Amino acid sequence: MYVAVKGGEAAILATHDLVAEMRRGDTSVPEVSTAQIREQMSLAVARVMNEGSLADADLAALALKQAQGDAIEAAFLMRAYRTTLPRLGSSQPLDTAAMAIRRRVSATYKDLPGGQVLGPTYDYTHRLFDFGLTGTSDAPPSAMPSDVALDTRMPRVPDILGAEGLMEPETPPEGDPRPFDLTRDPVEFPADRDVRLQALARGDEGFLLGLAYSVQRGFGGNHPFAGEIRMGEVPVEFVPEELGFAVDIGDLTVTECQMVNQFKGSKHVAPQFTRGYGLAFGHAERKAMSMSIVDRALKGRELGEAASYPAQQDEFVLYHSDNVEAAGFVEHLKLPHYVDFQGELELIRRLRRELEERIAREAVESGVLPKAAE
Amino acid sequence: MAVLARARKTELDEIVARLGGLPDHVVLKPAETGTVMVEARAGGTGRRFNMGEATMTRCVVRLADGTMGFAYALGTDRPKALVSAVLDALLQSSSDAGLHDDIAALARAQTEARQLALRKAAATKVDFFTLVRGHD
Amino acid sequence: MQSMSSQPQLGKGFDEPVLASQRCFRQILAAMSEPGSVHRLGEDVESPTGVSAAAMLVLLTLVDHETPVWLAPRFASAATYLRFHCGAPVLEAPSAATFALVDGASVDLDLGAFNPGDDRYPDRSATLVVGCAAFEGGRDVSLSGPGIRGDITVSPAGLDAAFWQKVAANNARYPLGVDLILAAGNEIMCIPRSTRIARAAEAC
Repeated sequence: MYVAVKGGEAAILATHDLVAEMRRGDTSVPEVSTAQIREQMSLAVARVMNEGSLADADLAALALKQAQGDAIEAAFLMRAYRTTLPRLGSSQPLDTAAMAIRRRVSATYKDLPGGQVLGPTYDYTHRLFDFGLTGTSDAPPSAMPSDVALDTRMPRVPDILGAEGLMEPETPPEGDPRPFDLTRDPVEFPADRDVRLQALARGDEGFLLGLAYSVQRGFGGNHPFAGEIRMGEVPVEFVPEELGFAVDIGDLTVTECQMVNQFKGSKHVAPQFTRGYGLAFGHAERKAMSMSIVDRALKGRELGEAASYPAQQDEFVLYHSDNVEAAGFVEHLKLPHYVDFQGELELIRRLRRELEERIAREAVESGVLPKAAE
Repeated sequence: MAVLARARKTELDEIVARLGGLPDHVVLKPAETGTVMVEARAGGTGRRFNMGEATMTRCVVRLADGTMGFAYALGTDRPKALVSAVLDALLQSSSDAGLHDDIAALARAQTEARQLALRKAAATKVDFFTLVRGHD
Repeated sequence: MQSMSSQPQLGKGFDEPVLASQRCFRQILAAMSEPGSVHRLGEDVESPTGVSAAAMLVLLTLVDHETPVWLAPRFASAATYLRFHCGAPVLEAPSAATFALVDGASVDLDLGAFNPGDDRYPDRSATLVVGCAAFEGGRDVSLSGPGIRGDITVSPAGLDAAFWQKVAANNARYPLGVDLILAAGNEIMCIPRSTRIARAAEAC
């Protein structure tokens, strides 16, 4: 039951002032600028862009600052702001083959065309604190460039296996239909791949990571291979209706993961490799990898696999992956439920009273007197 | 347009200053920030899906001679969109060599920045060598 | 961009898109909730030749890139204007249109050609802007149904003789069907699918 509760306005306004003060912290410490967050907290910015489902590093940095670094609160701010903006159209599908690659690795082939390009990764750091970062440095760090620029014409790894016919092909369905948009229309189950991928792309990184982990362990038992992970800039093309042709509106940094799974085949499908797909804004490798593993698990229905573990159940995954929705439902529990609770209180009291009356009645009927009050 | 979309507002302001300010123009569509739904393809080549939105700002102007100029760029910079749209129109209608040179220089700088990033990436490319195990 | 330079100059759309479209929306909402009542849309736009200001204002308010539009042949010249100001795709065939601008005087007007929605989502139907001549001077038609106390007599002019029969047939499909927004000059009148057309038979 929902009942309007009035009052508390002054207290609420006072919380706004208090949270502003908490956000600022010790004023003897310089205030952080959104540009500093954008440049120096770029992985947190990427997470907020993904889960806020809005690629704009400046806004994501502002969201992080305003939310005191709470990624989910920041994503909520992005989602809320998004609703105030008009949708001007859809881009042409991104062409990740045209990426200006800054990182590209494959766990399936050592010597693949284009090579292993490690790029900016924490994979080979020792997870030892760099106490030098506690201060500020005068000399900015600089990476030495190679003499020759990377040749970014590299095949995507699944395409290599595809050329041999060993990889499940990824081709558009008949007519290359416009994708479903879950921000416009209600999701129905079973959900198609475009719906699932959109939901996963905006899904909570932690939730997807946990699900992906479950698939590798006892609730899936799969061993996926990271066929390819690539990160870099892709141009975004947009066709304004008034022009009627595509214009290049700038670059987005994205991370793509193609996860390769063995598939023993079914009645209708020959043994081959299948794949899961992950794509995320910014450098967001864990997100893209988790997304690709869950995408593959959700493809089970199309491949004729029994849905026997949680990551294969689209309704479970899609209904619970959105952290703004999830946080809203869990956190609404702290809001006033005075009337609901009064109802429950009365019910419990009545049930106890009825129980006591029944025990007393039965005691009288059976001739045993109730014990004196203790 | 791709070069203008990637340019910083300050870079465009310098070009406008060299032109002696923006020429007369009519704003047909005021600079407006909205979103563009970014589409991608499953597996890079398959079914289209909506990856998420990105902010985009657009503006349309018309010069006195009737030439229309358009600006569409990622981000929320409305003042930049107006300047971009006027420059887009000028690039079509004006034979001002200085203007065309300025834009070409901007394009070169953008290419160089990208090449530098690719050179830094190239420095992290793994050079495998095979370890010899055992004896002959 | 060269292709755009040579096109004829476009008329202007809303000066203040946000406020102007909200004012129009309020009037359309009022008109739709009280079928048969006449509402004035006061915004100043340069609509394409042959299209009433009211019809264009309704489209400027409701249409965007996600709502494909179909234009009756008489209004085909509005395509460039709609593409420019609304970013709306203009379709060749009416069946997939979310909005349409049709000619109430045309014998060819076929309300059945538009998307009537489906049983689960009747709201996903098309909305038609119907060009007519005026809101008085035509033959009397009695309307009743939701939003109308008792009944109301209206007499829009410049409609084909069979127009009200078609509207009655549209009402008979309820809850499926299309919703109509009649537009003349700078005024509109709505006939949603829920409105019953009495005396349609005599009127025709």
